[in-house]
Amino acid sequence: MSVRFALLALLEQGPKYGYQLRSEFEQRTGSTWPLNVGQVYTTLTRLERDGLVEGAGSDEQGHVVYRVTDAGRDEVATWFTTPVARTQPPRDELAIKLALAVTVPGVDVGTVIQQQRSATIRALQDYTRLKRQEPLDLAWSLVLESLVFAAEAEVRWLDHCEARVRRAAAEAPAPEPSRTDEKQETTR
Amino acid sequence: MSAPVLELDAVSRQHGEGATLVQALRTVSLRVTAGELVAVMGPSGSGKSTLLTLAGGLDAPTAGVVRVEGTDLAGLGPAGRARMRRTSIGYVFQDFNLIPALTAAENVALPLELDGVRTSAARAAARTALEEVGIADLADRFPDHMSGGQQQRVAIARAVVGDRRLVLADEPTGALDTETGEDVLRLLRGRCDAGAAGVLVTHEARHAAWADRVVFLRDGVVVDETTSDPVESLVETGA
Ligand SMILES: Nc1ncnc2c1ncn2[C@@H]1O[C@H](COP(=O)(O)OP(=O)(O)O)[C@@H](O)[C@H]1O
Ligand SMILES: [Mg+2]
Repeated sequence: MSVRFALLALLEQGPKYGYQLRSEFEQRTGSTWPLNVGQVYTTLTRLERDGLVEGAGSDEQGHVVYRVTDAGRDEVATWFTTPVARTQPPRDELAIKLALAVTVPGVDVGTVIQQQRSATIRALQDYTRLKRQEPLDLAWSLVLESLVFAAEAEVRWLDHCEARVRRAAAEAPAPEPSRTDEKQETTR
Repeated sequence: MSAPVLELDAVSRQHGEGATLVQALRTVSLRVTAGELVAVMGPSGSGKSTLLTLAGGLDAPTAGVVRVEGTDLAGLGPAGRARMRRTSIGYVFQDFNLIPALTAAENVALPLELDGVRTSAARAAARTALEEVGIADLADRFPDHMSGGQQQRVAIARAVVGDRRLVLADEPTGALDTETGEDVLRLLRGRCDAGAAGVLVTHEARHAAWADRVVFLRDGVVVDETTSDPVESLVETGA
């Protein structure tokens, strides 16, 4: 998937060896998705098997250099012009947790939501600190914004869940007055 | 640690009484020091604006103490509070609140002139403030001939002119698009980095994230607060 296409796209700019590909990938994405060099070489081997890259000898230090083939270039062009599919949503731990929190008795849903909101905003504060370190590399700043938008969406969804849960609680039939309430009534 | 610029000590504000009693804020305590930007988040009706108007001396608490630069606002009297608002406290609103008949520079100079600063000195300070928010070239424009983002820059210049140390902003990005809103946050952040204390009311997480601390209000009560210590970095910077 994306690592394969990312490496092909990087090779479009000229032949490179594994370490170079890794560091260029990480520079553009701010090390958000660290790659190990083993992964890079495994991917290159598969790309070579599929005829999308080919060996281009080795440099003075003995690094094995790869270059993209014509078939590889076509593959990259197709990748860029095809939208990323929204397939089966990945299993979302938070959505599952909330779905269970509202159905399992005894869970304080408000606290679950607030703790998550706090944690997500702390992550957002961290991303924002990175944004303030100007000048930001364009490629990396776009990746960073993607993290910001995702975290922001999560907080908005949590706000929505909270409002819904509160409304549902307000509409639920009033519980029987508790003992302590009765006591207060009689002392008045 | 430096003395707080703003201090709310067990502050409450209630409206009405008996059956119509509303507890807009209940025993809220908050300290904001110089250089610090604190965001206040919470659903509509949770008491965010109430907190800010109390902090800015626009309203008085029914219990508790509000201190700005160490001075109890209740002890000042109306004239003293008005003076404090012109010299120490800057307010930024969602709808900018500029005076349409005045140019950008005149709007910014107004609080200084009301405070007795000579017109020429006030205009010079206004120009410096407009420069700081990046719109010195719009000094002679009227609000009607500016975009929302530009008007909000003027409002920020007006809130900080004359080196006011406390900047209070109530949903200042509410009417702006994401990018323009971000510029406004950058300015507020810069002002706090330069030594002001700031309180920002917002319901947008991406804007709250510019603050050092985020305080969460529910039904007039502080229910949670993020700390100002940076968390362990989630991502590393690009090389
Ligand atoms: N002047 C007033 N009279 C009565 N109730 C008020 C007044 N001002 C605010 N309130 C109530 O106090 C609560 C908090 O309001 P506010 O601080 O404006 O909330 P927020 O800014 O978070 O939306 C709300 O329930 C609101 O209706
Ligand atoms: Mg409000």
